[in-house]
This record gives sequence, structure tokens and C-alpha cells, in this order.
Amino acid sequence: MSTETVGYESDIKHDDEISRASRADTEVNFGFWIYLMSDVILFSMLFVAYLDLSWRTAGGPTSSELFELPLVFAETMALLISSLTFGLAMVAMHAGNRQRVMMWLGVTFGLGLCFISMELYEFNHLVAEGAGPQRSAFLSAFFALVGTHGLHVTAGLIWIAVMIGQIATKGLNAHVVSRMARLSLFWHFLDLVWIAVFSTVYLAGVMQ
Amino acid sequence: MLGKLSLDAFMHDSLIIIFANVIMIGSGLALAAAITYYGKWGYLYREWLTTVDHKKIGIMYIIFAFIWLLRGLIDASMVRAQQAAIGAGAEEGFLHASHFAELFTGHGTMMIFFMAMPFLIGLMNIVIPTQIGARDVAFPFLNSLSFWLTAAAGGLVMISLLIGQFSTAGWTGYPPYSALPYSPSAGVDYWIWALQISGISTTLTGVNFLVTIMKKRAPGMTLMRMPMFIWTSLCTNILMVLSFPALTVVLALLALDRSFGFHFFTGDMGGDQMMYINMFWIWGHPEVYILVLPAFGIFSEITATYCNKRLFGYTSMVWATMAIAFLSFTVWVHHFFTMGQDSTRNAAFGIATMIIAIPTGVKIYDWMWTMFRGRIEFKLPMLWLIGFLITFTMGGMSGVLLAIPGADFKMHNSLFLVAHFHNVLVPGTMFGLMAGFYYWFPKSFGFTLNEKWGRHSFWGWLIGFYVAFVPLYMLGIMGMPRRMVTYDNPAWGPWLIVAAIGLLIVLYGVFAMFMQIYVSIRDRDQNRDVTGDPWGGRTLEWATSSPPPEYNFAVIPTVADRDPFLDMKIRGTAYERPEKYEDIHMPNSTPDGVIIAGFAFIFGFGFVWSIWWLAALAALGMVVTVIVRGCRDDHGFHIPAEEVKRIEDARYEQLKASGVFERIKHIKDFGDDRTGVPANKMSNANL
Repeated sequence: MSTETVGYESDIKHDDEISRASRADTEVNFGFWIYLMSDVILFSMLFVAYLDLSWRTAGGPTSSELFELPLVFAETMALLISSLTFGLAMVAMHAGNRQRVMMWLGVTFGLGLCFISMELYEFNHLVAEGAGPQRSAFLSAFFALVGTHGLHVTAGLIWIAVMIGQIATKGLNAHVVSRMARLSLFWHFLDLVWIAVFSTVYLAGVMQ
Repeated sequence: MLGKLSLDAFMHDSLIIIFANVIMIGSGLALAAAITYYGKWGYLYREWLTTVDHKKIGIMYIIFAFIWLLRGLIDASMVRAQQAAIGAGAEEGFLHASHFAELFTGHGTMMIFFMAMPFLIGLMNIVIPTQIGARDVAFPFLNSLSFWLTAAAGGLVMISLLIGQFSTAGWTGYPPYSALPYSPSAGVDYWIWALQISGISTTLTGVNFLVTIMKKRAPGMTLMRMPMFIWTSLCTNILMVLSFPALTVVLALLALDRSFGFHFFTGDMGGDQMMYINMFWIWGHPEVYILVLPAFGIFSEITATYCNKRLFGYTSMVWATMAIAFLSFTVWVHHFFTMGQDSTRNAAFGIATMIIAIPTGVKIYDWMWTMFRGRIEFKLPMLWLIGFLITFTMGGMSGVLLAIPGADFKMHNSLFLVAHFHNVLVPGTMFGLMAGFYYWFPKSFGFTLNEKWGRHSFWGWLIGFYVAFVPLYMLGIMGMPRRMVTYDNPAWGPWLIVAAIGLLIVLYGVFAMFMQIYVSIRDRDQNRDVTGDPWGGRTLEWATSSPPPEYNFAVIPTVADRDPFLDMKIRGTAYERPEKYEDIHMPNSTPDGVIIAGFAFIFGFGFVWSIWWLAALAALGMVVTVIVRGCRDDHGFHIPAEEVKRIEDARYEQLKASGVFERIKHIKDFGDDRTGVPANKMSNANL
């Protein structure tokens, strides 16, 4: 979220409106932070539900039996690297380089899509094994928590696609830059939530 | 194709429900006919459906609240009538059990989600931007969306009268009763989605007003110079942002159980019903403080204004408000002391519950000390205030009694509990809303409300409240549980008959309120608020005209002290005109709020009846509308400086003609205690 510009003089846009639009303390960004805090509460409740129900397996499969860490590791790497690539997109944005922003956004989108695909594969596999959300309270909570995170990531992917479209058609105007600042917050936030998810659900689950 | 929906859903076996449907559909058709006859569809669309003006959105919220006040009272009347009828000898009453259950569920749900919350949010909308010296809220479109989402949620409850039925699981919807095996009909699903949609609306409102208050205050209005209504609203909105996500989750989990066979709260396969109760009340307790804190703020404004004395102990009021907001997250278990957790847990929460009474007590004392040696004008809001001070304190005390886990084991879910929470909600929230409605009505509409009918309304509510609820305290102590469709203890009958009479007295109070509105509209020309300051106000909203211009302030004022408008009057800077006017930037109206809310209504309806393609299409509609809106670079529009000058000059002429400038010159003679003037001087209310 730094407003320091990187790049060559010719690339740098000294447009006050643009650097103002992406500043962290604009009203819209502040409002978005507040929304993110409400989302933290939402995820906290889902975590609470998971922790309460994680041992209630109703005679069905348990976490240690179900979770495959290599897949989770791959998902984690995809998401973490996508945060990095989004950061690079933001750097390119402050440098005023449209093409590079779209390129890095595209890479981010691809990595996010990998994450979702792997997650859908995992869900599908669990359901096929008879470990769907209807099997037990533990599995209901698992699908709700991980699924809600996945829904948020999907929303983020749609948002990234829309932003690529906007940058392609409108360029890096003040509105676009402002929206990118909020998307950036959102994307990194989802990464943070995922770290909590894989620690609480997968790592703790496998160690049980 | 249509999920669980079939023609059966339109069949109702109760004449009362059929009658209610006739009334509902009839009124809807009559309204549509009237709008068509007077050719007002275009006007409605342009000026109301698409508006992002906080002043109009506030009015719409309050009209909405009045509709639901009537529906909630009708439900309460039938409950009281049923229980009184049994007391009078009709063994089974006139309602069968499931209808009775729909009534008490509907009463609670409607009063909380569709009466009290919209009324409070409506008042916040009307007051907050002007009171902080701003032109609008931080996110005007989001404001419009919030209102229409609430309307959509209300629409779901309305349509449940016609298609299917409403929930019978109480306004709290506990499983296992609210789970599919015990509530297989659409009722609980209607309840879930009505609350879910209005809950999301409230979360958005919380974000909106939080940012508005933190970021859009006029220069010079530091946090400790904000009016108390702003402080209480700030804490209320923080509570909304932090607590409503919990409601969103718990409702979603119940919906997953009911619609997709998940096992969060089922009796088997590992479900945990106690988790529902914990999650529900982690939201539920902050919710009741959301309901009452704005009312406290309204009373603070009213006390200072009508006692012509600044609020006593401002700093302590601020700290007390923040303490109440913080502590509201620490007491939730007191809603279920009897659930089965150990006594240590219960004791901890019992103590926390008693602690939260302390900052509330601080506020009561601060209001009383404000009245002491004030130059009190016994106008209607003061009646509401005094009624509140006495009656609410009684309710708070019954709360402290209930906070003792051992005592609560006897009184939980008895009528004592019902009496307690009505004893804080009615004098707290309801009286506050009535007082605020009367206080700020002139600001919205440019004429004052009829005082005489207002007094009738007050006495109806006050006397009716005591006659309706003191018997319930007695009945609770005698052991009568809540939500009883029939009972066989003859000792209870007489009390319930008295309670029903009490409700009739309250209904007179409501009738008087509608008479008040009718008479005031009829006589509006005699009661014009020419200056915009009918009460000798102390805060910035009274500096604007009644109603304010679209942009509120031509020039954003600079604030130098608490009670900023009074301060400006004393300094002689009130109604100052600038050298020249600037163009004013305003947000565009938009139908996006109505559109998204319309899709939300369809989504909810589809989910309720398991019409998945409909729900999916509606969800897609919402997403597409949001994306299309998000791709539009909306720059708003400008009101040209000449237009602003024209409006402001006209106002200035009106002010001059009213003689207010001469009266203000004498403000030092009859200012408040800051100017050290003896108490027998005239008040500034005659401005």
C-alpha cells in the first residue's frame, strides 16, 4: 500500500489526483477497511463453529484421515504467490505502466484460479468419498469455513477480471486506481484468512 | 420447477389470516390505484425510489417503520386477546397453536427488525449529516441500498402472509424447533432470509455511518465536541459492524442445515444446538444496545434543549456510552443461564451483566442533573423524557434481578422476562423514537406537530405500558411461562385481562399519534417553522432551513465548541453569509439500490421455496448490477453557485422577516449556564 513510486521518470505519473485516489486514508478505503473488519468477525464465527464441531465426526471420517497436505501446500503456494504478484501489479500501477499492471493481474488471476480449481477438486474428492458436508457436523463446519473463503476468493477473481477490463478500456484513471487499492486490500486479506484456515483446519487437523 | 412452492401455499385455514390478506392486498392495490390516479409514478421514481439524499432516505425508513409498528401491534393485540379470552372463560381462545406461534414470532421479529431498527436508522439518516455539519453521509448510494434491502426483507415477511406462512419458532428461532424436522414449512426460511437481508443492510449502514462520523465532521468538531446523539450513534454503528456478521453466520448455518442437509444444529450427526444459542446471542445482546443507545442520544439532545442548559457531565456520558458498547459483548450468556453450563460461567456473566448497569446509571444521573436548575419547558419531549427516566429505570432494575443466575432459573422464559425486556425497550427505544420523531419532524417537513394530540399519545403509551406490563411481572412471579397459547391456571386470567386492557390504552396512544400527524398536516400553514430552529436548538442541524436545501450547508460551518449552534448564536456568527458562493458537488440519483434489493427479494423468495434456478438468476442479477455500477465512473453533478445563492438569499429574507436576528442579539441575556445568567431569564427557545 506504499505510495512511493518505483520506475523511471518517464513512467511516473505525477498526477496528484491519482496518488490521492489510492491513499490509504481516503474515505472509501477507510470504509472498505471497516467492511473487512466485519468480514474478520464473520470468519471468526466460522472458525468458532469449526473449532466447536471439529471433533464431532458422528462416526464418520476425521480430519487426520481426510486431509492431504501436499494439495493444501500447493493451494497455499498458489495463493501466497498470487499475493506477491498482486503486489507487483500495484508497483506497476504506481509507476503508471498499464501493460505491466494487466500482466501481473493476469498472473494473479491465473494463480487464484489454480487455487480455486484445486479446492474444487478437493471438495469433489471428499464428496465422492462419502465425506461431504452432510456426513457430519465436522464436515459441515469444514465445508462452510473453507467454502466461504473460497467464495470470497471467487468474488476476488471476478473483481480482478473486471479490473483488467477497466484498465484495458479506461486506463489508470483516478477511479480505477482507487478501486485497485481496495482490491489489493481484499486480496491480501483473503491470503491472511487462508493462513489462519490452513493452520487451524489442515495442520491442526492432520496432527490430531 | 417451482421447488417446494405449490398452490397449497396459498391455502390458509384461518379466517383471520384470510382477512389480513384481503386487507394487505387491498391496501396495496388502493395505494397503487391512488398513485396512478394522481399520476405520481414518475415523481415517486425520480424523487424517492432513486434518491441518495439522506434526508429522504430517512423519511422512507420512518414511514416503513410506522407500517411495521401497526403490524407488530396487531400481532400483539391478537396474542393479548387470546390470553385474555381464556381468562374470561373461553377455554381454547380463538387462535389455534400454530397461528398463535406465528403471531408472537412475527411480533418480535417485526418490532425489532422492521420497526425499531428502521426508525432509529431513519432518525440517524435525517439528523447525523446535518448535525455534524456535512452535506451527506460518506456513501450515499450505499445508504439507498441499505434502505431498499430492508424494504425487500420486509417484503418477504409481507408475502409470507399470502404465500405459505411465517415462522412459528419465536423471534430467536432456536433449533431443534427451527430445524427442518420440526419446522418443515417455509416459515422459518422466510424468517431466516428476512433477517439475513435486513442484517446485511444494517451492516452496510454501520459501515456508512461509522465512516461518516469519523471522516465528515465539520472543521473544529473534534470528537469531544460532537453532540451526544452523534456519540451514541457512533457506538451504535460500531456495534452494528461488529455484531451483525455473527447473525449473518448463524442464520447462514441454519439455512444450510434446512436447505442442504448440513449438520450444524441437528439433533444427530454431531450437530450442536447450544452453539446456535451462543452464536445467536453474541449478536443478540449487542443488538439490544443498538436499539437503546440511539434513544439515549435522542434523550440527551432533548434534555439539553428543553432544559435550556448544557448536558451535565458530557465527558462521563461519552465514557459511559463507550463502556456500554464495549461491555455489551461480555454479557451474552445471561440470555441462557439455564442452558446447562456450570455455575462459574453463569456467575461470571451475571457479574458482567450487573456491571453494565453502572454506566447506564451514570447516564440517568447525568440527565437528572441536567434538568436540575435548568429552565425547563414542559413540551412534549420532556414528557417522553420523564416517562423514560422513571419507567426505564424500573426495567433496568428488573434486569439486574434477572442477572442473578439463581433467580433467573425461576424467571427465565416466564412473563417476568417478557415484562423486563418490554420495560426497557418501550420506555427506552419506543419513547426515544417518539420524542425524536416529534423533535426532528419540523426539520424534515417544515412545520411542527400538534402538541395536544402528542400529549394524548404520550399518556396512552405511558399508562397503557404500565397497565399492560405490570401484570406480566406479577404473572411471571406467579410462574406463568411466556408464549402460552392456552393455560389452565384460573389465577392468571384476571391479570391477563388487565394486560389486554393496557394494550388497548397503548393502541389509543398509537391512534392519537396518527391523529397528531393528520391534524398537523391539516394545520401545517399555521405551524410553519420559518427559521429552521423551532426549539431554540443548540446543534448544527437547527442552523439549516426546515427542510434543509438539498446540499444542507452552502458553506460548511466551522465549529468552536460543544453545542456549536448555540455557541455561534452567542458569538454572533449564526446565520453568517459568505462573501460568495461556490458550486456544490452532489451525488447522482440511481435506481441501482432498488434494483439490487429487488433481486435480493427474489433471491430470498427463491431460497425459501427451494426454487434454485430463480435464486441463482437473482444472485446473478445482483452481481451483474454491482459490476455494471462498479464500471461506471460516476462524477455526480454540480449545483451552480448562482442557484445556491438564490436559495440562500431567499432563506436570508425569510430569516430577516421572522425577526430572528433581533432575538439572537439578546441571546447573551438569556443564554445558558455558560454565560452565568440567573435562572429566571427567558429561554432562547423563543427564537
